[in-house]
Amino acid sequence: MTRRRVGLFVTCLVDFFRPEVAFASIRLLEAAGCEVVVPEPQTCCGQPAWNSGDRASARALALDVLDAFAGIDAVVAPSGSCTGMLRQFPAVLGVDHPRHAEAVTLAARAFELTSFLVDELGFEPSPVAASGDAAVTYHDACSGLRELGVREQPRALLAAAGVAVMEMDTATVCCGFGGTFCVKYPDISGAMVDDKLASIERSGATTVVAGDLGCLLNLEGRLLRVGRPVRALHVAEMLAPPDAF
Amino acid sequence: MTLETSSKRFPEQVRVARADVNLQQALGKLKLGLSVMRSAAVDRLPEFDRLRDEAAAIRDHTLNHLDHYLLRFEAAVKERGGHVHFAPDAAAANAIILDICRAANARKVTKGKSMVTEEIELNHHLAAHGITCLETDLGEYIVQLRNERPSHIVAPAIHVVKAQVAEAFAAHHGEAPPGGREEASALMAEARSVIRRHFLEADVGITGANFAIAETGTTVIVTNEGNGDLTQSLPKVHIAVTGIEKIVPTLEDASTLIRLLSRSATGQEASVYNTFSTGPRRPEDPDGPEAFHVVLVDNGRSSMLGTAFQDMLRCIRCGACLNHCPVYGQVGGQAYGSVYPGPMGAVLTPSLAGIDAAGHLPNASTFCGACEAVCPVRIPLPKMMRHWREREFDAGLAPRGQRIGIAVWAFAARRPRLYRLLAGTGARLLKLIGGRRGHLSRLPLGRGWTAWRDLPAPAGETFHAAWRRRRSEE
Repeated sequence: MTRRRVGLFVTCLVDFFRPEVAFASIRLLEAAGCEVVVPEPQTCCGQPAWNSGDRASARALALDVLDAFAGIDAVVAPSGSCTGMLRQFPAVLGVDHPRHAEAVTLAARAFELTSFLVDELGFEPSPVAASGDAAVTYHDACSGLRELGVREQPRALLAAAGVAVMEMDTATVCCGFGGTFCVKYPDISGAMVDDKLASIERSGATTVVAGDLGCLLNLEGRLLRVGRPVRALHVAEMLAPPDAF
Repeated sequence: MTLETSSKRFPEQVRVARADVNLQQALGKLKLGLSVMRSAAVDRLPEFDRLRDEAAAIRDHTLNHLDHYLLRFEAAVKERGGHVHFAPDAAAANAIILDICRAANARKVTKGKSMVTEEIELNHHLAAHGITCLETDLGEYIVQLRNERPSHIVAPAIHVVKAQVAEAFAAHHGEAPPGGREEASALMAEARSVIRRHFLEADVGITGANFAIAETGTTVIVTNEGNGDLTQSLPKVHIAVTGIEKIVPTLEDASTLIRLLSRSATGQEASVYNTFSTGPRRPEDPDGPEAFHVVLVDNGRSSMLGTAFQDMLRCIRCGACLNHCPVYGQVGGQAYGSVYPGPMGAVLTPSLAGIDAAGHLPNASTFCGACEAVCPVRIPLPKMMRHWREREFDAGLAPRGQRIGIAVWAFAARRPRLYRLLAGTGARLLKLIGGRRGHLSRLPLGRGWTAWRDLPAPAGETFHAAWRRRRSEE
């Protein structure tokens, strides 16, 4: 089998808040037989601009990403939301843009981490050391679920790693993060995250796992505020083999 | 633009809605009610998704040839002895309807449920000219007694709890009937007996139309209470008021759309009444109105044709997007300040009232996509809300703080070396402030976040810095 050369799209939230998610993603991809590179000039996919209606900034950032990831077989991000944005690049540039074809190629090569591991590589992770102790529930982040069809893949990986998922009754309902939404409409966002916390509690889980750091920061931030002893972990952190560094 | 809204006050209206105990109780039931029933009905119909594709194609075809089908509809109605009136805006529609009522010497008008007549505020217009217009749909009746707008396009009084209905009835009907006002069934019986009198006294009956069929000149109403049928068949004059986009080419097309409508709206395989009205009463008919008028209202719709918002005109007003929207589920319909709330309203309201009046609505979405996932005619609602944000941004109407924030961030994000410097400094600083607790409860410029949440402190060293360090140590 030829090793696939994968470019990791770190995402700005992971870079800033929780680098371990990116290191865990690299370990998983390497365990699955990939050669992982991290193109240096990358910053952000431009989603905050795109969703705020600032097409010019979104376009400029999309072009930067095209430059940074030129010539790489697959772009993998530990985020359904950012992957969804990379797949929007043809629309961001528009059909008349000279680099539209490049954007189409990148969109076709952009993958969310768990779906890449399962659908593209058929990867099965090793059992997780602490799996027996954790009562885990899985929150389906909206973009991954509804834009990319990520639902079974993280569950399959968790099952293969020996982690049983205690399903929430509202696993597929939005947690209220929504990028800039959570700071523009804090009252609505806050009510939504409280509904999600109630759902986590009903599931009986003590760890909530998701594939997007935005949701996880929102959940963890509210869990900390109300003083609830539930951990919020990225699925890569849950699954990755230990760091040998 | 002729749609009146209070959408500019959305944030205050959200606070009122969140503090309203009765509303929150009512919304709690919504979350477990209609969406669960829809999903059960969809599971029982294996071809549901194929029907959605067909329905979207029917609607697209009609909208692409709307002029043609409007004229065919008009000709078919005339052929059967009815009248068609085209109203370019709300004022014209109200004037046309008032003229018809005056010609019939009408003092009292009964009305079936119709969102377009809410949009043009017909009741106020008729009342201002001495004509009493009485809502006969139970939800609309309750909302009318309470002097407010419907909060949901299918279930207008979904925000009202039983005790509030009893209160409204006590205020308007006087002493309680023998059955009391404790049970929902008693309240329904009371409303029925009051409204029945009005059916018999009304000079004109006004309904909406879920569809207007071009080949036959038929208007269709899909209802559950039977009030719509009494509204349109008992008085001497029937006026059906609807939007120009409600045209469908054939009876067969209407049937496809109705199969989707009932299941999407309430999870019913078929609504209780699917009533087709074609022309006035003929000599051999046992009943029906002597005159049949259709008022087709534009009011901003035709200006959506051929634009990024044309797909919104596919909407068949099932309300599924409201029922599945987590934002609507927290605030209810009235916070939106428009007769069209929720995701469909977040696209339609700015189209009809202007983005300057309704900018909050397309912004108050997480783009979770639940609305698009259930839309029976596959309207890409989040994409269209994003289009509205773009229009708002381009017109310089987006809030100043947000514009500056995005500009500063984009400036840095386009310069990786500057970005790394800023991110590295910021991450170290927040880690320091977070201290041993590992999180922050207050943030400069971050009140939107910290009003509800702590901020988990960053690791301190960004990924890119750590990656570079590791690679150089290797």
